[in-house]
Amino acid sequence: MLSDKDRIFTNLYGAHDWHLAGARARGAWDNTKAILDRGPDGIIDEMKKSGLRGRGGAGFPTGLKWSFMPKEVKDRPHYLIVNADESEPGTCKDRDILRHDPHLFIEGCLVAGFAMRANAGYIYVRGEFYNEAQNLIAAIREAYEAGLLGKNACGSGWDFDLYVHRGAGAYICGEETALLESLEGKKGMPRLKPPFPAGAGLYGCPSTVNNVESIAVAPTILRRGAAWFAGIGRPNNTGTKLFCISGHVNKPCNVEEEMGIPLRELIDRHAGGVRGGWDNLLAVIPGGASVPLLPKSICDTVLMDFDSLRDQKSGLGTAAVIVMDKSTDLVKAIARLSYFYKHESCGQCTPCREGTGWMWRVMERMVTGNARIEEIDALEEVTRQVEGHTICALGDAAAWPIQGLIRHFRPEMERRIRARTEKLAAE
Amino acid sequence: MPKVKIDGVEMEVPAGITVLQACELAGIEIPRFCYHERLSIAGNCRMCLVEIKPGPPKPQASCALPVADKQEIFTQTPMVQKARNGVMEFLLINHPLDCPICDQGGECDLQDQAMGYGFDRSRFHENKRAVPDKELGPLVKTSMNRCIHCTRCIRFATEVAGVEELGATGRGESMEVTTYVEHALSTELAGNLVDLCPVGALTSKPYAFEARSWELSKTESVDVMDALGSNIRIDTRGAQVMRVLPRLNDEVNEEWISDKTRHAIDGLRHQRLDRPYVRRGGKLVEATWDEAFGAIEAKLKGLDGTKVAAITGDQCDAESMVALKDLMTALGSPSVDCRQDGAKLEAGVRGSYIFNAGVHGIDKADAILLIGSDPRRESPVLNARLRKRYLSGHCVIATIGPAADLTYPAERLGAGPATLRDLVDGKLGFLEKLKAAKHPLIVVGMGALARADGAAVLALARDLAEQLKAVRADWNGFAVLHTAAARVAGLDLGLVPGEGGRDVAGILAGCEKREIDVVYLLAADELDMGRLGKAFVIYQGHHGDAGAHRADVVLPGAAYTEKPGTYVNTEGRVQLGQRAGYPPGDARQDWAVLRALSERLEKTLPYDSLEQVRARLVAVNPSFAVLDRQAAGAWGEFGKGGAVSDAPFVSPVANFYMTCPISRASRTMADCTASRVQLMAAE
Amino acid sequence: MAMITADPKDVPKVEHFAFTPEYLAKAKALVANYPPGRQASAVIAVLDLAQRQQGWLPRVAMDEVAKLLDMAPIRVYEIATFYTMFQLKPRGKYLLQVCTTTPCWLRGSEAVMKACQHAADGETFSVQEVECLGGCVNAPVVQINDDFYEDLDEASINKVLDAFRRGETPKPGPQVDRQTSAPVGGATTLRSE
Repeated sequence: MLSDKDRIFTNLYGAHDWHLAGARARGAWDNTKAILDRGPDGIIDEMKKSGLRGRGGAGFPTGLKWSFMPKEVKDRPHYLIVNADESEPGTCKDRDILRHDPHLFIEGCLVAGFAMRANAGYIYVRGEFYNEAQNLIAAIREAYEAGLLGKNACGSGWDFDLYVHRGAGAYICGEETALLESLEGKKGMPRLKPPFPAGAGLYGCPSTVNNVESIAVAPTILRRGAAWFAGIGRPNNTGTKLFCISGHVNKPCNVEEEMGIPLRELIDRHAGGVRGGWDNLLAVIPGGASVPLLPKSICDTVLMDFDSLRDQKSGLGTAAVIVMDKSTDLVKAIARLSYFYKHESCGQCTPCREGTGWMWRVMERMVTGNARIEEIDALEEVTRQVEGHTICALGDAAAWPIQGLIRHFRPEMERRIRARTEKLAAE
Repeated sequence: MPKVKIDGVEMEVPAGITVLQACELAGIEIPRFCYHERLSIAGNCRMCLVEIKPGPPKPQASCALPVADKQEIFTQTPMVQKARNGVMEFLLINHPLDCPICDQGGECDLQDQAMGYGFDRSRFHENKRAVPDKELGPLVKTSMNRCIHCTRCIRFATEVAGVEELGATGRGESMEVTTYVEHALSTELAGNLVDLCPVGALTSKPYAFEARSWELSKTESVDVMDALGSNIRIDTRGAQVMRVLPRLNDEVNEEWISDKTRHAIDGLRHQRLDRPYVRRGGKLVEATWDEAFGAIEAKLKGLDGTKVAAITGDQCDAESMVALKDLMTALGSPSVDCRQDGAKLEAGVRGSYIFNAGVHGIDKADAILLIGSDPRRESPVLNARLRKRYLSGHCVIATIGPAADLTYPAERLGAGPATLRDLVDGKLGFLEKLKAAKHPLIVVGMGALARADGAAVLALARDLAEQLKAVRADWNGFAVLHTAAARVAGLDLGLVPGEGGRDVAGILAGCEKREIDVVYLLAADELDMGRLGKAFVIYQGHHGDAGAHRADVVLPGAAYTEKPGTYVNTEGRVQLGQRAGYPPGDARQDWAVLRALSERLEKTLPYDSLEQVRARLVAVNPSFAVLDRQAAGAWGEFGKGGAVSDAPFVSPVANFYMTCPISRASRTMADCTASRVQLMAAE
Repeated sequence: MAMITADPKDVPKVEHFAFTPEYLAKAKALVANYPPGRQASAVIAVLDLAQRQQGWLPRVAMDEVAKLLDMAPIRVYEIATFYTMFQLKPRGKYLLQVCTTTPCWLRGSEAVMKACQHAADGETFSVQEVECLGGCVNAPVVQINDDFYEDLDEASINKVLDAFRRGETPKPGPQVDRQTSAPVGGATTLRSE
């Protein structure tokens, strides 16, 4: 288990003062200038060495992402964009950073912005996080007043402005290019790639979009060294991670733990165990709604990191662990996610616009068994017709939970269909 | 040039094109719904998926993907086929199976592609989506259940038409293409939405349930509703013109046409002159050709040629104009004029009256000055070209003339000739911008020329062009934007007063003073008929409009769809119109009417066939020998220096929808007029 | 809830909308967050202000926002119908945004929803089913206007609603004894201080 001294988010639960003074007492903004003095390349190198992989779900190496930004600012300004549109079902970690440790995060924005030669950053906060955004705005004001942001931020000679941009209720804006569209005042409809944001992002300028957690851990990594961070977790899956444990556990919670912690240990140690005991476990969605669920048999041993979960045909995603015990109507649980994707599809491209609605409607029938057995195969095929054919990953995200359900719980789906057929025949 | 391999065949393709375009170069058709050459790339329909190596293990949208060297493109692999089948299935699940009652049937992209990628039955057992239809005005009928959300219509309205009124509200499967607040689109290009819609969501309202595409005869022709000479296809069933569609011509109209070009055609069915008339006892009564000719012959007998005059209308074909001119010459009349509106343009120096830069020259211009023109009303398709130029950037646009929403920002320097004079005299800052431009374009409209001081205005415009060095070997930025389809041909053929002859104003004055006894109106209706006094008026034309009502003899002619005719557009481009049907009743082709009349008058014109008339055109002006290309206009002295008035320039087109006998007879155009009035009142 | 995609007819006619000086100043400050010429970026924020001032978004308010930001009205309508937080019809004083997505559903959001639907009278309370609010470890969650009420069950949501009825503002956050997102009964980490 991770020891407290290795925890980055020491005010995760908001037990302490989130304002500048409190944050400073916990180590934030400690000699930030020294970090910036290493120069953009020094910072990016260190980030690469730390092995940090993006905490927003895709797990792309953060340092490498920063290095895609042009090495020089030419005719177009560079932008740092932070994705605080936290909306993946099961996920509520960035919320805690925004409301309880905003300074750690703001410092990260400065460091990341500086490393990518950006003089301005925009933080896209989901609209529902109104109070969280207010904390963040207040903290940014404190940072300006203390000379930590703005002209000659932290005495570094670098100017850096940071703005909060609130959304208004659209999951799709968590997709980085949809976020950029939304930030430009348009509907959050993902862009075609290429061009990628590092080439043409916000207002057509070089931009990099990072998750809140990825940015917030950067100053600590740079202060304590890449080796420290890389020493936690497993190779290629390094560092600490915020986990959100929800659903049928005795004590749902957020917690910062070591990457690669066994799922069972995570649940038992921090979330008070599965309701009714481990043996009452039915399945777990290990990384937010978009990843396929795992049946108990896999949960017994699986480690919580990118590679282990990928090997089980699931994913770490946002490390949002949704636990479902044996009382769960699993088909309904997944059908509700299908509704979520139908509701959140932007409607731009055909497979997602049409496919999410189709999948949800079939899933609703699967809940009651109002289908034919062959329709399970047809449903599976529809998910394959959506997957990989859309502009953004929402289509994949809508397809995977259903694929996971069919992969692991097909017998249950068939049982319902048979039961209904038999019942109708009997009547 | 990147080298790519498409389905195993290696080829070099131009850098910067997309994979879809590369495939087209290779002769491989890629199915698509959202992609359109003239609109921005949306990449949303996902029908054009292809497999790319190197690349991710999933198919890519070829419409949006740039080609790269050493790229391998596969368009027929199982992955591609499966992906397209999947997309097709998704498009069809919520698409109604109402092809039998859909006007798009038979020319529907979805229907066509479904043949290749569809399946013979549906696996979709849920209810289909129901979407309320939208009200988009008198021209576009909606059936929104059929919409596949390709957003072509939205992109057209926003990008080409320049009216940001159409959008997609809601999201996901609830997304709807709409104006949100129901109203007609305030564009003169709405009909193009129907062409662009790949399914039957947007269809033509006036044409609704009128015909099936396979019943129609298709004739390639040229439009006469404005001076652009848009290339069109006339679809007829029997004698009836059922619809007009654009033909592709990048140099003229790209693939757009205006709503008047497309939808004034119902005017061809109403108020037609289908037999000759002769005024007897103050009333026009039906007559035979013989009686009509007899009345003319009787009137002209012994009359001095100087007492006879002729005015030609705005939609006349060159053949009839040359025949009329020859007849007048034979009668000894020097008073011929093709400038109904009194535009102070002279024949002779061709560069003084054509749009020298060419329509495609607009694409090159980097500073544009519009003088006395509202191109949006006078030629909406050309205006869209100006907008396109604006959108591509690095082009300043200014106007001197009416305040108008042109769909692109244009600095209004002033209202009338005084501003032009100030500009020429270097008193306005915009002159510097014009001087700094490599390809300055000066567009002179009829609002600047069809006025008493028109010649002086023309001279000022010429001065400006000289000052800017806008006329040189590699560029001619002097451009006259006509409103009349017949005007350039008229000037090319010299239909202006000869020695001692009268122009339109002189003819009218002459009528009032009884110095002119006979006026021949060749489809000329845009005159103040009240000023014709006691003159004997011969009206030859196709509609019972102003001219026919005033006439003493009416000779029924043919409308532009009913005769082969030569037209010269505002650029000076000679184009041929084809006959799509026959004129009604006893009406005849116009040059033939004149030829027959000339024989009766014993002034027989020396041509008996269309070929011979056309040879005569070339003899009069060799520019008629070159078809479909703009023959350069010579530069020289023109205009007449002098005082200009303070009166502001006014566009001759007050109501875009009604500018000629055909459009005035059109109920559709009346509906459009009413709709626009309503729209303006709402604002 | 059906998505609104066309100008709703069943709403009170609002003839005129203008920002109060206070809101206008806020709007201008928000526009200043973006580079010159990029004022459309502020559209969500300015629509939010209009909604806060008016209580909902009548079309005239959207038109005003379009004018202020130099946008075509249709672009603003698109935005207002795309993002679910914009209310295109009047709503009660308290908008109960009940999350029913799987993590909340697993922990009893159905009962919470029922209680909210029962309370919804269109004047004091309106209810809206929403997708994941991002408070999953404190499920079920109901957002009431700007505040999250968490760890709810039928009894506690009714208590919260009763308090609102009395004109009080109950304390947002967990409605059970816990420190924000920490486990009930005390954190398992960060106890060294």
